[in-house]
Amino acid sequence: MANRYWNSLTTPLIGENPITLQILGICSALAVTTTLDTALIMSAAVTCVLALSGASVSMIRRYIPRSVRIIVQITIIASLVIIVDQVLKAFAFEMSLRLSVFVGLIVTNCIVLGRAEGFAMRHGVLTSALDGIGNGLGYSLILVLVGAIREFFGHGSLLGVQILWTTAQGGGFDPLQLMLLPPSAFFIIGGIIWLIRAKRPEQVDRSEFQVREQMQEERR
Amino acid sequence: MSEPFDLLLRSVFIDNLALSFFLGMCTFLAVSKRVDTALGVGLAIVCVQTVTVPVNNLIYVTILAPGALAWAGLGDLDLSFLSLIAFIGVIAAMVQVLEMILEYRIPRLYRALGIFLPLITVNCAILGGTLFMVERDYTFVESVVYGFGTGAGWALAIVLLAAIRERLKYSDIPDGLQGLGMSFMVVGLMSLGFMAFSGLG
Repeated sequence: MANRYWNSLTTPLIGENPITLQILGICSALAVTTTLDTALIMSAAVTCVLALSGASVSMIRRYIPRSVRIIVQITIIASLVIIVDQVLKAFAFEMSLRLSVFVGLIVTNCIVLGRAEGFAMRHGVLTSALDGIGNGLGYSLILVLVGAIREFFGHGSLLGVQILWTTAQGGGFDPLQLMLLPPSAFFIIGGIIWLIRAKRPEQVDRSEFQVREQMQEERR
Repeated sequence: MSEPFDLLLRSVFIDNLALSFFLGMCTFLAVSKRVDTALGVGLAIVCVQTVTVPVNNLIYVTILAPGALAWAGLGDLDLSFLSLIAFIGVIAAMVQVLEMILEYRIPRLYRALGIFLPLITVNCAILGGTLFMVERDYTFVESVVYGFGTGAGWALAIVLLAAIRERLKYSDIPDGLQGLGMSFMVVGLMSLGFMAFSGLG
């Protein structure tokens, strides 16, 4: 029993990482990662929403009619996101300005709906909540990694603390402008995917046929 | 350059939702394997975006914005915290209505779009367009232009990516990079290319 809970928490970390394998929730992963602190806050927000939405959808799963389930799930998710958004505005107003629309966009983050529809509808409350946290952590892992790389090479700092002194400040480090621009996020995530798949060849998409299966997964 | 035309250019090229704000990435990467499906999704996005952004603009301005209910005598009411739920509701409803209209009036296009039409509800590009419209205080006319422009820009980007990926099938890519990894790299390069447009504005 304990083992099953542990599994639902740890498999989404690398084995079934939502970003690098399931192609879910990429939008926000790229946009909020110019610095490490925005990436951290965003990860925390998404993990909260994932855990709570998993638990609440799973709690009422026997009472949701099949035909309206998507609308019910979306409404639950949207309410949770509104709460997170309001909390951020109340306690970290500057941060919520820097995240701009991306907190609101958690509503349409495919991870949340995907886990609610694909997992929470068929599992118990505790397992769903743990699965939510696991997926949230898997998502956070990539986000924090990308955020750290981009901030370190783009500003020479981590979490706003200067580590490498830039030439403008009299040091010897020339910041890479590219790291602050959108394209770098694509290259870094592409590189991470390459690394993971080099270690775990079973994740590589092989033929057209497999690809189609993946697309059908998405449609469901 | 006239104002709306400027906004149109901006939203199609410079502020391209897919390539500079990374919105709608899931659909963007998942259905860009063939040019014809990509074209279908692109068209659907243009339709939905052109309708939902102005409708959400009307709803926000007349009901949800701080002090907007002054016409009903409720001037100090601020309902803007409800906007997310209202917007996603409008989007879901619009997609449903569009689906019905297309099914009866233009069945050929309906069949071509198939499963992608309902999927648009959870496409972040649509909600993102609406949220940006609110954040930047667009007027109604601007929101029509912005909706159409961002939709068209997204469609352009996905068709281009699909064309590149069709050619990539025949190239020799390292094992771990095949499929998803390579698409990320290509999108990164395209995004670099689109940045060249920033001189236009």
